[in-house]
Amino acid sequence: MKIKSKASLIPYIIWIALFVIAPIGLIAYYSLLDLNGDFTFANYQNFFTSAYLTMTLTSFWYAFLITFFTLLIAYPTAYFLTKTKHKHLWLMLIIIPSWINLLLKTYAFIGIFGLYGPINAFLEVFGFDPTQILFTDFSFVFVAVYVFIPFMILPIFNSLDKMNPSLIYASRDLGASAWTTFRRVIFPLTIDGVKSGIQVTFIPALSLFMITRLIAGNKVITLGTAIEQQFLVAQNWGMGSTIAVFLILIMFASMLFTRTSKKGGRV
Amino acid sequence: MRSKLSPAAKIYLAIVFVVLYAPIFYLIFYSFNSGGTMNSFEGFTLEHYQAVFDDNRLIVILINTIIVALLTGLFATIIGTLGAVGIVSLRNKKMRNVFLSLNNILIVSPDVVIGASFLILFTMIGVKLGFASVLISHIAFSIPIVVLMVLPKMLEMNTNLIDAALDLGASKRDVLMRVILPYIKPGIFAGFFMALTYSLDDFAVTFFVTGNGFSTLSVEIYSMARAGISLTVNAISGLVFVITVGVVAIYYFITSRSKKAEEV
Amino acid sequence: MKSLINATLSIIVVCALLWFAASKLEASGSAGGEGVLTIYNWGEYIDPELIDQFEEQTGITVIYETFDSNEAMLTKVKQGGSAYDIAVPSEYAIETMIEEDLLIEIDHSKLTNLQNIDPYFLDLAFDPKNKYSIPYFWGTVGVVFNPNEIPEHLTFDTWEHLWDPALKNKVFLVDGSREVMGMGLNSLGYSLNSRDEQELREATDHLKELNGNVKAIIGDEITPLMVNNEATVALTFSGQAADMMWENEDLDFAVPSEGSNLWFDNMVIPKTSSNIDGAHAFINFMLDAEVAAQNADYVGYSTPNEAAMALLDEEVISDERFYPPIDMRDNLEVYENLGLEFLGTYNELFLEFKMSLN
Repeated sequence: MKIKSKASLIPYIIWIALFVIAPIGLIAYYSLLDLNGDFTFANYQNFFTSAYLTMTLTSFWYAFLITFFTLLIAYPTAYFLTKTKHKHLWLMLIIIPSWINLLLKTYAFIGIFGLYGPINAFLEVFGFDPTQILFTDFSFVFVAVYVFIPFMILPIFNSLDKMNPSLIYASRDLGASAWTTFRRVIFPLTIDGVKSGIQVTFIPALSLFMITRLIAGNKVITLGTAIEQQFLVAQNWGMGSTIAVFLILIMFASMLFTRTSKKGGRV
Repeated sequence: MRSKLSPAAKIYLAIVFVVLYAPIFYLIFYSFNSGGTMNSFEGFTLEHYQAVFDDNRLIVILINTIIVALLTGLFATIIGTLGAVGIVSLRNKKMRNVFLSLNNILIVSPDVVIGASFLILFTMIGVKLGFASVLISHIAFSIPIVVLMVLPKMLEMNTNLIDAALDLGASKRDVLMRVILPYIKPGIFAGFFMALTYSLDDFAVTFFVTGNGFSTLSVEIYSMARAGISLTVNAISGLVFVITVGVVAIYYFITSRSKKAEEV
Repeated sequence: MKSLINATLSIIVVCALLWFAASKLEASGSAGGEGVLTIYNWGEYIDPELIDQFEEQTGITVIYETFDSNEAMLTKVKQGGSAYDIAVPSEYAIETMIEEDLLIEIDHSKLTNLQNIDPYFLDLAFDPKNKYSIPYFWGTVGVVFNPNEIPEHLTFDTWEHLWDPALKNKVFLVDGSREVMGMGLNSLGYSLNSRDEQELREATDHLKELNGNVKAIIGDEITPLMVNNEATVALTFSGQAADMMWENEDLDFAVPSEGSNLWFDNMVIPKTSSNIDGAHAFINFMLDAEVAAQNADYVGYSTPNEAAMALLDEEVISDERFYPPIDMRDNLEVYENLGLEFLGTYNELFLEFKMSLN
């Protein structure tokens, strides 16, 4: 590619310098301070105790579950949406619910999942006893998936939307089954959209906080919750920053991981 | 040309939509509750809507929230799109990866960390807390999502298009305006709407960087939790929801009609 | 390209219109004249009518900002950048603010209504002689429960009842390390301000035995759950318990006899204040008997204002669960500022307890 539109990077670089590099520097600096503001590595030692390592692992496990189910539900949704009439209107209607305040929607979920809520009322019609759905792994993953679905659908929709339909016809004409066409033609062509979707789901899922308390009753503790607590309750910015440093390192690692699967593309 | 949706696909989409909208309709349903809570529905009333219109402070906060969201969407989209175009134009693969990694840092950082560090930043450089600091922060944390939405479109764009345009004597500016932007437009719109979402949803960052009487709806709602969220907030959400859906529907039908007119 | 430009222009036009509308609304709302007073308080923690009344009386324009936790409020006030004239923190946060020199001494000669406050709530350890803070609301920590749903012998006059096997998967705890650790310490007869490693370890181990009973550890969301009979037993603040009981008459509240916490939310004037006279005027206004009574009626928390209590319903103030008589208050302790070191220990142990749950 001959074009060099480096000039367009200038505002972006200013943004990175001010709002990414500077805060990271601050976090790295704080992570080396103890409660009295003295220099120490104790926070890092502390991170490698069993409590924080277990937390990191569970955090990962839940983020993985959430991303998996979000993708599982979002991909077919995006695919079907591209086939509807007025597809852009439908897409907008997917996004609009995320404009209503999350805390309010969470309160609504507390009501919906409740013992006397609509779901249990519905189950009772079929003769099931009311069960407490709240504060279980199920309700936590469900609400998290709910939160992330629009973020996953949007990039996948965009990559599906502009796909050249003749490729699919060609594949079908050459005798490929619908599944083979999907696996060998459609999915590889939309992999960039899927990756964007995973990035905006998996990484924030590691640092989910509010719904860990409201929906999971603090029985799920993510790295985000721990940072939140260190900053706001323990007032230990050093330890909070240390966990944040690890979160950022994990993010780098997961980006490397998603990058290796990339085939071809342009230079 | 277009293959039709099978009934199974229609049912699938219907379920997704029902689930997405269930909590919102739940909220709106209880905004008509005379009981005063979101628990048991006692009787129909419009008093909570009346309360919204009587409360100037709440309406001003709502307007603030919308202005910040729209401007955030606008500026974050401009900077983010230019950034994505720039990143793709980088020859050096390492440099490109460095940018992408830096880009994602704000997405992974918990809100409290972002909020606290921005607060320190603003007080250090002496930005007055209020509208400006909130807007700048929202733009800052929305840029990465715009980049992530635009990037796939940039990557899949056929380089031959750009090369051809350049060979035909187009200037770089022309290439950007006439070739690149129209092609990546869906990504740009996606980025804009995601930035809107981020801005409307944010509580923690706004909380830290706001001041001098400036407030947004999220900050207001979160701080109500201790004493109980009043149904006035449900009512205001209901109004916002209905107006948004209305505006989107009208806008869509106007634009699609004019498009059709052009085609004919 | 055209559509991008159109979209940009329409956004700018919409913003301009909205901005115009907002400034119109703000102009019509303010009385103007005697300056501006910025109040930093919890949401829904004051009767908005009283703010209007204060503006009318004094000509001061009130800006009302809200926070959702003491710690978050503390960070904001410490960083400066916004001039708060009044804040309403809880007592342990006030202690920190005094230590960090964030508050202005209050001039008692300007508070003609200070005599309305019950002397019991004045001159407490966290702020001797009330140099920096004036009581706003107060309360305790206890157990709110639904007697219809649990065995009769569980009355929660002792903390041990929380460990009763009949409460399997029924207990909700408030998400606060001081409250939960304090409950653990109290249940063993220790002080909830304990700095003894041995006692803290015992308390944590005792808490872990609660595992099967704990359904969830949550915050303010407990209110709708209790009101709606979704939850049966919860460790919570008395103010919230009062809210719940107002909505759901089946509920009851008890403060176990081994002891518990006594908390205060007081009004303070941060150093950043730019309208110190206005701040004093506001504090004095809130101390007025009728004003305090109206506010207590609206918010539902216990008022420390003796003169206001005389104006409240007899039924309200004779309720020993929310206005415990002096001899019942003897077992209650106010949180001491433990220092960051021990606050850290409390939090680590609380985290250990949380992670032991499943």
